[in-house]
Amino acid sequence: MTALFLLKKLIMKNKLSGWSKVLLILSSALLVYSVFVPIWQIELDAPQYPEGLNLKIYADKLGGDVEIINGLNHYIGMKTLHTVDFVEFSILIYIILFFALFAIITAILGKKKLLYALLFAFVLFGVVAMLDFYRWEYDYGHDLNPHAAIILPGMAYQPPLIGFKQLLNFGAYSIPDIGGWMFISSGICMMIAAIKEFKFSS
Amino acid sequence: MKKHIITMLVSGTLIAATLESCKPHNASNAVAGNASIKAYVAPGKYDEVYNFVSGGFSGQMSVYGIPSGRLFRVIPVFSVDPEKGWGYSEETKPMLNTSHGFVPWDDLHHVQLSKTNGDADGRWVFGNANNTPRVARISLKTFKTEEIIELPNSAGNHSSPFLTENTEYVVAGTRFSVPPDDVNGDVPINTYKQNFKGYLSFISVGKEDGKLDIAFQLECPGVNFDLSRAGKGVSHGWFFFSCYNTEQANTLLEVNASQKDKDFIMAVNWKKAEEYIKAGKGRKVKAKYAHNTYNESTHSATSEIRNEVTVLNVKDFSDICYMMPCPKSPHGCDVDPSGEYIVGSGKLAALIPVFSFSKMQKAIEAKAFDGAYDGLPIIKYEAALYGEVKKPGLGPLHTEFDANGNAYTSFFVSSEVVKWNVKDLKVLDRVPTFYSVGHLCVVEGDSKHPTGKYLIAYNKITKDRYLPTGPELAQSAQLYDISGDKMEMILDFPTIGEPHYAQAVLAEKIQKNSQKIYRIEDNKHKYVTKGEQESKVVREGNIVHVYMTCVRSHFAPDNIEGVRMGDEVYFHITNLEQDWDVPHGFAVKGAVNAELLIMPGETTTLKWVPDRVGITPIYCTDFCSALHQEMQGYVRVSPQGSKVPLTWSLGTNLPKADEAAAK
Repeated sequence: MTALFLLKKLIMKNKLSGWSKVLLILSSALLVYSVFVPIWQIELDAPQYPEGLNLKIYADKLGGDVEIINGLNHYIGMKTLHTVDFVEFSILIYIILFFALFAIITAILGKKKLLYALLFAFVLFGVVAMLDFYRWEYDYGHDLNPHAAIILPGMAYQPPLIGFKQLLNFGAYSIPDIGGWMFISSGICMMIAAIKEFKFSS
Repeated sequence: MKKHIITMLVSGTLIAATLESCKPHNASNAVAGNASIKAYVAPGKYDEVYNFVSGGFSGQMSVYGIPSGRLFRVIPVFSVDPEKGWGYSEETKPMLNTSHGFVPWDDLHHVQLSKTNGDADGRWVFGNANNTPRVARISLKTFKTEEIIELPNSAGNHSSPFLTENTEYVVAGTRFSVPPDDVNGDVPINTYKQNFKGYLSFISVGKEDGKLDIAFQLECPGVNFDLSRAGKGVSHGWFFFSCYNTEQANTLLEVNASQKDKDFIMAVNWKKAEEYIKAGKGRKVKAKYAHNTYNESTHSATSEIRNEVTVLNVKDFSDICYMMPCPKSPHGCDVDPSGEYIVGSGKLAALIPVFSFSKMQKAIEAKAFDGAYDGLPIIKYEAALYGEVKKPGLGPLHTEFDANGNAYTSFFVSSEVVKWNVKDLKVLDRVPTFYSVGHLCVVEGDSKHPTGKYLIAYNKITKDRYLPTGPELAQSAQLYDISGDKMEMILDFPTIGEPHYAQAVLAEKIQKNSQKIYRIEDNKHKYVTKGEQESKVVREGNIVHVYMTCVRSHFAPDNIEGVRMGDEVYFHITNLEQDWDVPHGFAVKGAVNAELLIMPGETTTLKWVPDRVGITPIYCTDFCSALHQEMQGYVRVSPQGSKVPLTWSLGTNLPKADEAAAK
């Protein structure tokens, strides 16, 4: 009985408030912008690199000091990093733009259901993306050339998913870059909208 | 009798001891109190000032940090430097070409930073070659010598490379007067007065690219031109040259050139001379001089011999040159920040005359002349004189300025720096130098806006300042804090070669422009190898070109076979690194020239003529990485006419060449 009542109420009030629409437009704009700036960064510090080396991950490419990092990684036998080796770089941009579009459509149609679906899909995508990122890091950190100049038994060079880790003489610090923060902010906007809508409707 | 002798001995000793204790002690020759803290730059911190110091007979220019006195770099300019391959690599050999052929050394006396509106702009620094007359331009982006131009009709380019307030011209006045290059110089030496001339070269500087070109030369009376300074502000358009040996002696100058009570400072209206040149009044004269330029994108120098120069004989014009009498063989001739005051320093004088530019202009207008010197009007001493600094010391040489209207003059004979006020000509302070100071420099102390907080004295005698190193000693420099009323010594440091003039400039004007690497995409060297897959060895008759790359920690190729006796091998090494501070070196066993140092993105060539059959090792000389000691390879040299094919490899241990030969 209660469940039925709630469902009814939901259907009746299945219209988004003005605030939620603003939040959705904002979240869409943040997503579009995140395509043009680096999403993630792995900062490397070593005694010889006081200025630091930065690996920048964009939606569609690798940037920053990739060549220098590749040059250094050959000592430990790590594969060199090339944008073309990652299928993700050819689709990521479309996925992000899809979510931006999804958010706009949700705002226009003003359907709560769509909002919940958007949030769910977006969070799921975030989790999958991080799992994928972890898989790559694991692969690069463990799949080492057995003829490398430096081989330390049991040593792997997997950078941290997020946070800090010491890898030989390098300290690796993995955190979202500006695009990543936009991505997260976009998710937060969706979440705030969803929570507000859910609260008002109950 | 005995008693008397003993008494006399005792009293004699006592008197001697008493007299000894009466001997006045010199001013402190050590840093007082904790003043040295002012020269302390903590590890990891930067100096406030770049100091470009001439290397004298080393032929190079060194770069120090002030106030720490730390040596950062020795820039090879006029002398070969096997350490950096300068003058040995095929690319840099043309830089040292002259009309006499390849000259591997020189004597660099003075430095000048390029200026815009009378202030240092941090673009280039110039240096002079005092022996084989030349001027060099060094880029302050790469700290590399980019251009060297030789000066015809000159012998001993001393009053150089002083420049005008917007770097329109760099001047080069000859120290020795000699018969000009286009006349028969096979004349008796004692015909100096008839046959010897003094030439002043005005070298134009490209506004954007800094390219040097001798715009014109002024033919002047045969004297010794010593130093010079451009006018600035009110006196912009004029140049001032100190002259000695106006006695025109050709022997024992020590005596014969010190006869006259006054020699001259020659004032040159270069704007006028420029006008006459534009009006076509100059005459084209046959000459032979080298012009060498280093191209940053090909990483290679070219040398061109030029055959003509435009000369203006100043005697033919009444309004270019004027002589201002100046006591006792003037050396320094320095212009204050306003451009109004010109300070002459007679090497043997006991006073400093200060001339006024505006009085000089009035004297010229009123024709307040006192006869002529070899056809050039002599301005009456008092008519151009602003005043004299009385009893400043003995043997004034050079003067620089601070922002507060004070001048600082070095005194060789009395071994001190004297501070005096330009307006009232009163001596304000004096500090000793250790010993016999030559040049001095205040930070941007020759510009319109000196930023003088520091003064550096460059001394000619070192003696007991440092731990002894046998008869041959380093030169000494002292650093003084001049921010207060009293000058205070805060540091004493050794220098390379023999520093003459030096200039100091705020670090911020240069630091930000300093280049880190050469971009490999921009490398247009004829023999560049832009990747290991492009590396190869090419034979053209008995010339073998090795297109080699280097990257941490190997050369590609690192095994070469098929080189034969009688071959000339050119190793063209490209450093593929694109990271800051990863140079590689390259050396060949038994190479009779030098090694190479190759900066990231650069291509450099070493020529090698094998002198014996066998295996010759090659290796990297710059500790580039943890596996630097692994960065090595071999070249197999076979006898002339050998059938060993030309092969090259990297990472292949199989002896391909022998397999090929067995087939």
